Amino acid sequence: MEFSEHIKTANVEDVVLRRPFHPPMQGTLCVTGHHLLFSNRDGDSSRLVLLLLRNIDAIEKRPSGSSGTITLKCKDLCVLQLDIPGMEECLNIARSIEYLSSLDIVSDMYPFFYRPLKLSLQDQWGLSSAEQNYAQMEELQDRWRLSHVNKDYSVCPSYPPAVIVPHSIDDETLVKVAKFRQGGRFPVLCYYHRKNGMVIMRSSQPLTGANRKRCREDELLLQAVIDGSGLGYIIDTRSNQQAQQARMTGGGFESKSSYSCWKRLHRQLERGKVLQESLIKLVEACGDHSHSVDRWLSKLENSKWLSHVHTALATAGLLAECVERDGHSVLVHGSEGTDTTLLVSSLAQLILDPKTRTLAGFLGLLEREWLLAGHPFQQRCAHSAYSHARLRLEAPVFVLLLDCVWQLARQFPLAMGFSEPLLLRLAMEVYASDYGTFLCNSDQERCAAGVKERTHCLFQFLLKPSERERYSNPLYEPTELAIWPSVQPQSLQLWRGLFLRWTQHAVHLEKAQEELRNLVIECRGAS
Amino acid sequence: MMEHIRTPKVENVRLIDRTAPRKATVGTLYLSATHTIFVENNPETRRETWVLHSMVASVERPPTTPSGSHLVVHTKNFQVVQLLIPQERDAMDVQASLARLSRPEKYSELYCLSINPNANKEEREESWSFLDLQADYRRMGVPNNLWVSTPANSEYRVCDTYPSELFVPKSATPPVIVGSSKFRSRGRLPVLTYFHQDTLAAICRCSQPLSGFSARSQDDEQMLEAIMKSNPSSDYIYVVDTRPKLNAMANRAAGKGYENEDHYTNIKLQFIGIENIHVMRNSQQKIIDVGELKTPSMGDFLLGLESSGWLKHIKAVLDAGVFIAKAVAEEGISVVVHCSDGWDRTAQACSVASVLLEPYYRTMKGLMLLIERDWVSFGHKFSHRYNHLEGDSKEVSPVIDQFLECVWQLSEQFPCAFEFNERFLVQLHRHVYSCQYGNFLGNSQKERRDMGLRERTHSLWHQLWKDRAQYANPLYRADHTQTQGMLRPNTSPYCFKMWKGMYNRVEKSAPPRQTPTDLLTAVREETQQLEEELTNHQEVAPGGTANPGTKQEDCSPEEGGSN
Repeated sequence: MEFSEHIKTANVEDVVLRRPFHPPMQGTLCVTGHHLLFSNRDGDSSRLVLLLLRNIDAIEKRPSGSSGTITLKCKDLCVLQLDIPGMEECLNIARSIEYLSSLDIVSDMYPFFYRPLKLSLQDQWGLSSAEQNYAQMEELQDRWRLSHVNKDYSVCPSYPPAVIVPHSIDDETLVKVAKFRQGGRFPVLCYYHRKNGMVIMRSSQPLTGANRKRCREDELLLQAVIDGSGLGYIIDTRSNQQAQQARMTGGGFESKSSYSCWKRLHRQLERGKVLQESLIKLVEACGDHSHSVDRWLSKLENSKWLSHVHTALATAGLLAECVERDGHSVLVHGSEGTDTTLLVSSLAQLILDPKTRTLAGFLGLLEREWLLAGHPFQQRCAHSAYSHARLRLEAPVFVLLLDCVWQLARQFPLAMGFSEPLLLRLAMEVYASDYGTFLCNSDQERCAAGVKERTHCLFQFLLKPSERERYSNPLYEPTELAIWPSVQPQSLQLWRGLFLRWTQHAVHLEKAQEELRNLVIECRGAS
Repeated sequence: MMEHIRTPKVENVRLIDRTAPRKATVGTLYLSATHTIFVENNPETRRETWVLHSMVASVERPPTTPSGSHLVVHTKNFQVVQLLIPQERDAMDVQASLARLSRPEKYSELYCLSINPNANKEEREESWSFLDLQADYRRMGVPNNLWVSTPANSEYRVCDTYPSELFVPKSATPPVIVGSSKFRSRGRLPVLTYFHQDTLAAICRCSQPLSGFSARSQDDEQMLEAIMKSNPSSDYIYVVDTRPKLNAMANRAAGKGYENEDHYTNIKLQFIGIENIHVMRNSQQKIIDVGELKTPSMGDFLLGLESSGWLKHIKAVLDAGVFIAKAVAEEGISVVVHCSDGWDRTAQACSVASVLLEPYYRTMKGLMLLIERDWVSFGHKFSHRYNHLEGDSKEVSPVIDQFLECVWQLSEQFPCAFEFNERFLVQLHRHVYSCQYGNFLGNSQKERRDMGLRERTHSLWHQLWKDRAQYANPLYRADHTQTQGMLRPNTSPYCFKMWKGMYNRVEKSAPPRQTPTDLLTAVREETQQLEEELTNHQEVAPGGTANPGTKQEDCSPEEGGSN
């Protein structure tokens, strides 16, 4: 496509840029297909500010006399302001930004144009394959097999080509089970607990419907999961009532009579619009600096964001407890199995599995449990908290995950190999990125769009030595133990690093972190 | 005190972990003259929990259950000890004994006065000479050609709640000093508390003027004029009334009030709006309740926090300090601070301002000096506010709690700026209530002198100093940028958090969490140890060991188990 037809005014001189932490700056503004470029030549020194258009969530224009002011509210929660001389120029630029910041076609997006010198498109895309993952877990191989039933994505469009299932269940059965689960998301293994051989499975809801339909193959599959261990738990991320209601629209739950060896636990996690509105309210509260303590606390409470953090961590804790302390296998699902299901299953893995707490291990977890498992990133992260666009499928489930991980890391500052800056970077990249990693809604879509051939992989990049250093935790002391988070409300805090990132407050905290980092490195060096 | 102990020992008592009620430890409960002690039966651990009687705030006895009688002991530093006693009779005896033991009727019943003062005479004298308040004034550059010491109060005749040594403007004559004191509530005339050497601006403190609706005093007006003139570069001063304006106006009906700007030339009056001690007492009770909620939802917690109003009050105190510090350091304008009597809100506002202005007050010794000056010497009524003796419950209020919390909130914003850690503040708070040391007994310098506390008790400051290793903040570096100059905190509402280390020290059953600072301290100690070993290998010091460890000389066992 030709971007230039959407750029009526490409250059404006004498624009003033205002942004947090910097004095206002006068210079030249330039619009390209994917960026806003602002440059300022002050004597010999020249400064350049580059903003990815995709990062812009909302734009507000305000005329004042012959000039105009554009306020840009970004998905990384930064708010910038441009004072542009010339009303027409101002309107042209606003129009370009509005159009170019919300391109829908994947192959038009910046990752397909990003060609840094240091990276090659021939580099490996992604961290590891399902085959490699399976091959590494020898201890599960006698009871579990790698199935390629989905190799052409025909059984389940949102699953990867290879998944791990019980040995005794053949591909033919899987096809039948897939028909009984929403979106074809039949139960697959996502975690094997070495200490006791218990597993975490995930899926979507069974399509029992109003007539309480049954599927023998589905029951067989679940029977095979707990073969020998007697009892399994199903954690349904909806309330009992929601699960009952789902039957009216063709969904449902595993009834006691059909799945006698499985005990269902309901924990209501919010999703979709409720979650998106919660984020919007929280960001609004954080942006209003005028109010009193009472009003702040009331707005914080009213946003319910911390309640969602609380429920997610508590449910993940419950899941981990079932596996580690009670010694039972667990199946987790909600309705579609692409949002809260992944949230809970990946948090439980962080609690239980020390391997997921290294930098590479954590990125690997995100790749397996979010990218390959089919979290619809493009739909969920099209807009963030500032957008005036009508909400469709947006929901900050991934941001909620990052917040929960931050809470875990705050409670166990030595247990994680990665640090807060990594979480902040991911929170930004998921909305607007130079890399192709978070494009599309599933592995199938990414393959079809050529993402893996024509864009660079963020995770590979983050593991390069220079980046690795920046994102690793200097305090890291690996522990083999499970890290049980405290989910008392008093123990959970607002993630100031993210939500108050553009205030002076965050700067002090960042400095202290840096200080701590230096001290530890210094001390370790000495001893 | 022994005569108040009805039963010195109860066996088969259960100590209940409030976070995991099913996990209880069985042991024996002892009542001594000074402590309640629970000793676990388990022969391997024999863990002991000590609670000082003076730390007990209340003892509740819920209705007896088939398994026995519960006693819930709330301490003044917000801990809860829950006991299950098999016989109701014993429980009633323990409750009655504790009720009496925790409410001494005279100072001589207090722990610090019950020990033989001459057992460690030298050490006692050394402990009191550790801090020198006059040296701190000299460090500020006082006296000088602007501010001088006046002997007017050397016998506490001008003001019996002020220190004997006062600093006043050089131009203030003795009649002005006496006249001004007569026009101020309880004689608390405006005197210097902090002098800023860079700008020559000063912070002065006093009580409200006895202005009523129309009264005036030329001496008092001259006093404020003299304060202004002691700052050569400015032509006005701020008068900060830390009360809400309505409260200040209401006081006029009682013949008190605030400065009339028509009578005092060149003053700018500023109200800050810190609430009174009664509001603060109720607010703290609410935040204690929030800390003790058993399984609150996030909504319960946040709404509880909001309705307690506590953080709003903390912000008000900090805002007062910020206003004063900015006036002094940025505008170079002197400030006169008062509230009603000038011993609660005034102490808070002045000491917060000092912490913001002066890096020295962010060190351990500096904070001790600051408390000694703005609180102890200027007659903050410790024994009344912190309920040292059985007395008027309306006098009780967590005034210094709020100051310590302001320092904590600041340390959260500036983690590298303070030499001490959270433990230091928690320990200070504890000893304000504990009466283990003589520092905070009584309500004024005069009372302490009359009681002869220096001859009869030990000073806390020296003990804290000896234990300073455990109170050190590993992130603190004297040369760090955050450590230099004035702190400019953000006082947006979102910067204030509930002080978990104070109000919510629970979760005993959870494994101890390592914090980065603990790790850092450990790594440092290890490094130091290795270095020492290295030194030992190279040279054997006379006497064999290169570094004899510091001797632990606490005069009582710590509350090991319950901390």
